[in-house]
Amino acid sequence: MTDKVLMKGNEAIAEAAIKAGCRHYFGYPITPQTEIAAYMAKRMPKIGGTFLQAESEVSAINMVYGVAGAGYRVMTSSSSPGISLKQEGISYIVGADLPALIVNVQRGGPGLGGIQPSQSDYFQATKGGGHGDYRLICLAPASVQEMADLTIKAFDLADKYRMPAMLLADGTMGQMMEPVSIPEVTAKPVDKPWAANGTKGERKHNIINSLYLKPEILEKVNFERFERYAQIEANEVMYEEYMMDDAEYCVVAFGIASRVSKNAVTEARKQGIKVGLIRPITLWPFPKDVLNAAADKVKGFISVELSMGQMIEDVRLATNCKKPVVLCNRAGGMIPSPEQVLDSIKNLAKEVK
Amino acid sequence: MATVFKKPQALTDVPLHYCPGCTHGIIHRLVAEALDELGIVGKTIGVAPVGCAVMAYDYFACDMLEAAHGRAPAVATGLKRCMPDNVIFTYQGDGDLASIGMAETVHAATRNENITIIFVNNAIYGMTGGQMAPTSLPGQVTQTSPYGRDVKTQGFPIKVSELLSSLDGPEYIERVAVNNVKNVKNAKKAILKAFKNQIEGKGFSLIEVVSSCPTNWGMTPQKALDWVEENMIPYYPLGVYKDKSANKED
Amino acid sequence: MTTQVLIAGFGGQGVLFAGKFLAYKGLLEDKQVSWLPSYGPEMRGGTANCSIIISDDPVGSPIVSNPDVLLAMNLPSLDKYENEAVPGSVIIVDSTLIARKLTRTDVKAFYIPATKMAKDMNAPNLANMIMIGKMIKESNAVSIDNLEDAMKKVVPAKKADLIGVNMQAVMLGYNY
Repeated sequence: MTDKVLMKGNEAIAEAAIKAGCRHYFGYPITPQTEIAAYMAKRMPKIGGTFLQAESEVSAINMVYGVAGAGYRVMTSSSSPGISLKQEGISYIVGADLPALIVNVQRGGPGLGGIQPSQSDYFQATKGGGHGDYRLICLAPASVQEMADLTIKAFDLADKYRMPAMLLADGTMGQMMEPVSIPEVTAKPVDKPWAANGTKGERKHNIINSLYLKPEILEKVNFERFERYAQIEANEVMYEEYMMDDAEYCVVAFGIASRVSKNAVTEARKQGIKVGLIRPITLWPFPKDVLNAAADKVKGFISVELSMGQMIEDVRLATNCKKPVVLCNRAGGMIPSPEQVLDSIKNLAKEVK
Repeated sequence: MATVFKKPQALTDVPLHYCPGCTHGIIHRLVAEALDELGIVGKTIGVAPVGCAVMAYDYFACDMLEAAHGRAPAVATGLKRCMPDNVIFTYQGDGDLASIGMAETVHAATRNENITIIFVNNAIYGMTGGQMAPTSLPGQVTQTSPYGRDVKTQGFPIKVSELLSSLDGPEYIERVAVNNVKNVKNAKKAILKAFKNQIEGKGFSLIEVVSSCPTNWGMTPQKALDWVEENMIPYYPLGVYKDKSANKED
Repeated sequence: MTTQVLIAGFGGQGVLFAGKFLAYKGLLEDKQVSWLPSYGPEMRGGTANCSIIISDDPVGSPIVSNPDVLLAMNLPSLDKYENEAVPGSVIIVDSTLIARKLTRTDVKAFYIPATKMAKDMNAPNLANMIMIGKMIKESNAVSIDNLEDAMKKVVPAKKADLIGVNMQAVMLGYNY
């Protein structure tokens, strides 16, 4: 018999964060991610941690800034409108080179939008989001198990590269239950000599700051940060390939869209169409090389998204537009059906021979 | 020769960038003296605002964080929650604390967050060059109230100490000034008490320091101090607005 | 084998709980499972539904739009999903709350007065579990054995005294 338990994706994130040593959570209620806050509210007081329902998303992310500046693992979570509010703080966290985890369980937008699942914050999550030049490490889970595993991974990467990481999920991933086993974390905490946790009279004061009034210095800081980004792009790309060995067509999808797409790929194979799937697990760094290599083998790509087509731009860039890339999408909280994706595959196979 | 006056250890050697006659220097010194006297420089973390005091992180010798505009009380909350045995203070101006950061201020106060806030009220935005502040007086001429603050369209000044003392949460709220020796001495006492409260676990302490801005008020330093006495203090009366422990002792 | 189950009814009928029980039953049989609720304000009083997939293979999309098994716990749910069920599917209807019969003839229909049976056994909230019992009988999704193991997983420890009555309800439906 299995040792796995059924957990909602949101709960798996919360428990995994605790396993990863996160003892400080700041948030504000918003559907469809509130289970994370509720879980933390229950657990944190029992393990000597902090759960604080902040007065706003703006405050929550700044509380995160404080804890991250002190060198502790810390997180916040929200859904799309709330993540927009956090952008100021995220930009400052980046500017001060602090590690933290931000979870976005996306819902449809823009504006108040809806509460049903969406992937329409892709641009915001992968291109920066707030003001200034920056990236977030952006991980896209496609199962409840990955909600847990990638939460732990996100904390590790954030610490390793001293920058915030975002877990980009959606309402389906947050609300669904699947069997999950929360891994034990054995990695030792990373040393943070830069932390503002009191000089104890033993060292010069540490300053956590993103202000550089001299442009030549600020430029240098930006260049150095992007050197780190280059390392991440070289070393931290994660993706899954499914039936790509002999594929003539390639579906690209992440998160819930990749689950739907897998059904469609399997069905298309039964109907004799050689199609495969590339699922980016890191949305930034984006798996450019694997897509570019695939572009030399396949005849065309389909980007399946719960948005008006955002990742599709990265697919085109990664493949240098060598092959046609078409969009198969739903928006506003709707999810493409496997049949819709299958039709899209069939159409592409018909049009691009 | 006996040393009768020296720089507090809680200040670094970095020269202050403040304008001639600005009272930030005095207030920095009062905070630093309090940290020295309580022997807490090594365990204190300060949070700097956006505004004239933005570079306070260079001046205080303790660990420092620079917060986004108005967010210092939230940042301080994070710091205090993960390091309850350390001493956390914010140093904020009127635009930072009473305008863009009002929500953070009120909620840190109502949670009785065990932090110390030094609130410098000089009734103007200094760093950006003299715009109307939430605490600018009725009729006060600024760059963005060139005909004088018109309360009909621009509202009334916010009396922060009065407002926060209406909450059940905060431990200690006092308004002081630094326009003469007597007031400076009193300000020092209040700031010291605000830090002691934190060390004793009493909770949220905010000292509003009525201050001057000769540059943006367009006055000589002496004239600015007179203006504090004649205009600011009558509108913002000095005194203890809330002291929960004192009430308990009664 | 993969069974796609859709349980649909009003909020408050225990749609999500019944689904969770079913998913756990599958999990304890070493199957791959997923459980996906409709979420949001409609959970309180409006329609609620829940997709459960029980499979020998990894679960792809967790969304059930064309169920192999449909549990219709009120009329709006039957109206909405009857035509979505795949041919040959099992449709279980709570005949206390749904007066009409199915219009389709290419599915296996079962009518069970679950709400009345629940009232009769003095457990008016357990029509959901009676429906589950019937469903276990009429589909091959999960086995009836070791019910209690799955029940223990879904009934909170502080309500452990309710395990027995939940089991009774499942068996009542199974034997109907």
